[in-house]
Amino acid sequence: MNLFLETLIGGLLAGTMYSLVAIGFVLIYKASGVFNFAQGSILLFAALTFVTLLEKGLPFVAALAVTIAILILGAIVIERTVLRPLANRSPMTLFMATLGLSYVVEGAAQGIMGAQVHALDLGIEDVPIFLGDVLISQFDLVAATTAVALALILALLFNNTRIGISLRAVADDTRAALSVGINLNRIWQIVWAVAGIVGLVAGMLWGARQGIQFSLSLVVLKALPVLIIGGFTSIGGAIAGGLIVGAAENLAETYVGPYIGGGITPWFPYFLAIAFLYIRPAGLFGERALERV
Amino acid sequence: MVSESPSRNTPSVPLIEVEGIEVVYDGAILALADVSLTIGRGEIVALLGANGAGKSTTLKAISGLVVADRALITRGTVRFGGEEIGGIAPNLLAQRGIVHVLEGRHVFGHLTVEENLRTGTFLRRPGRAETERDLEEIYGWFPRLKTKRRTPAGLTSGGEQQMLAIGRALLTRPELVLLDEPSMGLAPIIVDEIFEIVAALNRQKGTTFLVAEQNIAVSLRHAHRGYVLDGGKVVLAATAAELRQREDLHEIYLGLASA
Repeated sequence: MNLFLETLIGGLLAGTMYSLVAIGFVLIYKASGVFNFAQGSILLFAALTFVTLLEKGLPFVAALAVTIAILILGAIVIERTVLRPLANRSPMTLFMATLGLSYVVEGAAQGIMGAQVHALDLGIEDVPIFLGDVLISQFDLVAATTAVALALILALLFNNTRIGISLRAVADDTRAALSVGINLNRIWQIVWAVAGIVGLVAGMLWGARQGIQFSLSLVVLKALPVLIIGGFTSIGGAIAGGLIVGAAENLAETYVGPYIGGGITPWFPYFLAIAFLYIRPAGLFGERALERV
Repeated sequence: MVSESPSRNTPSVPLIEVEGIEVVYDGAILALADVSLTIGRGEIVALLGANGAGKSTTLKAISGLVVADRALITRGTVRFGGEEIGGIAPNLLAQRGIVHVLEGRHVFGHLTVEENLRTGTFLRRPGRAETERDLEEIYGWFPRLKTKRRTPAGLTSGGEQQMLAIGRALLTRPELVLLDEPSMGLAPIIVDEIFEIVAALNRQKGTTFLVAEQNIAVSLRHAHRGYVLDGGKVVLAATAAELRQREDLHEIYLGLASA
């Protein structure tokens, strides 16, 4: 029983990290209906910028502030140079643009900051602690708390504020939003900046665990099954999807892995996602068109 | 009203002057060939015509939403209070006092009725108390909306959605409201109710309306003047009283007169 609980809890905690990555996608998908392939590169770019500034001797808070400022600036530049000129084009055009953007961001990050692996020490000790008689990673616990806190802040920000209602209005009907004077370009800038900041937090947590390196941008592939399961349009769905993927892959690795030689983790989430596509194509919390019949 | 420029207060300048505009979609599809019209301050003007005559495109050319549909005004001018406004983004024109109520209502389905209304206030950034006052005023005009304030707009009836779309537009404090087919898909009694409210808003608040309609009878009952569009051109312009008298209106409207 303890093994089961440990596996489950370990998986759920790891899952919050997936959720964090997925939330970045959801925000942009909601505001502009595009699957932002560049989210992984932006995450990498953010974490790399942060760790580089830290290595240059900036204090933690200053490095964080400067990185956030750069992300906001980046969001404005991306909105002006990519989103605005391509507005009203097909989702596929926009997707291809973000694909290109991901290589530009990655290349820029590499060009400016180099390709070596950076260690990031967030000062969290990675010693397992006992909770009752269940062993839990302390680092996972801190990461999960951060992810939950961030999700709560976003939920508050997007529920009842002017920006939040505007974002949901844009997600529902872009033309109507324009017609009542909502500044679409501003909303895009805000959303890309927030997605960048969410990416920074996710990148810092992932980076602290496995080092900040270029493979970090591949978390995109981790987020995809999470999004399919949770739905592309719901922050709650991203959280639930992340938890399901985290728990399921950990349990599968522990209980099914031994029979088929292990190595289940990389593909099991996709297996799960395909199963979900059969049963519930919009995802658990995905929005279907709301219409009275 | 917000940000009225001096020229717009001069009575001699019409609120809207559209002069010979041509609108092309996707660089290839001609939607408007030659449309000219004027709208005076405080008028209700009806824009009549069959499907595809160019009513919606005319409204979009005025509100700036043509751009969102990948269309361009390729010839002619649109002036608002004497100032050229062709090509200005729709959200900026909303700020300046032109609001467009789209065909098919386009409420934000997942937002509640009240959240929908609140989006209309955002461009003015009012305080909490002012927002509440403004919402109450709209609920005064459309009492049905108040009972549904916490309902997701997508789950309200067609008539309620039309009222919501108009209420949301009014909260931008417009000088000119462009109403596209408010009668579409609604029961006659609801259509009457909506037009009564439009006429009352016009009388009591002086709001100017340009109403695109296929429903000739109802729109001419409330409008002061009307234009008839056919094939992207204005084929007839007259006062509502004159248009009501004309027996051949249906023929022009159906494009039979030119055949």
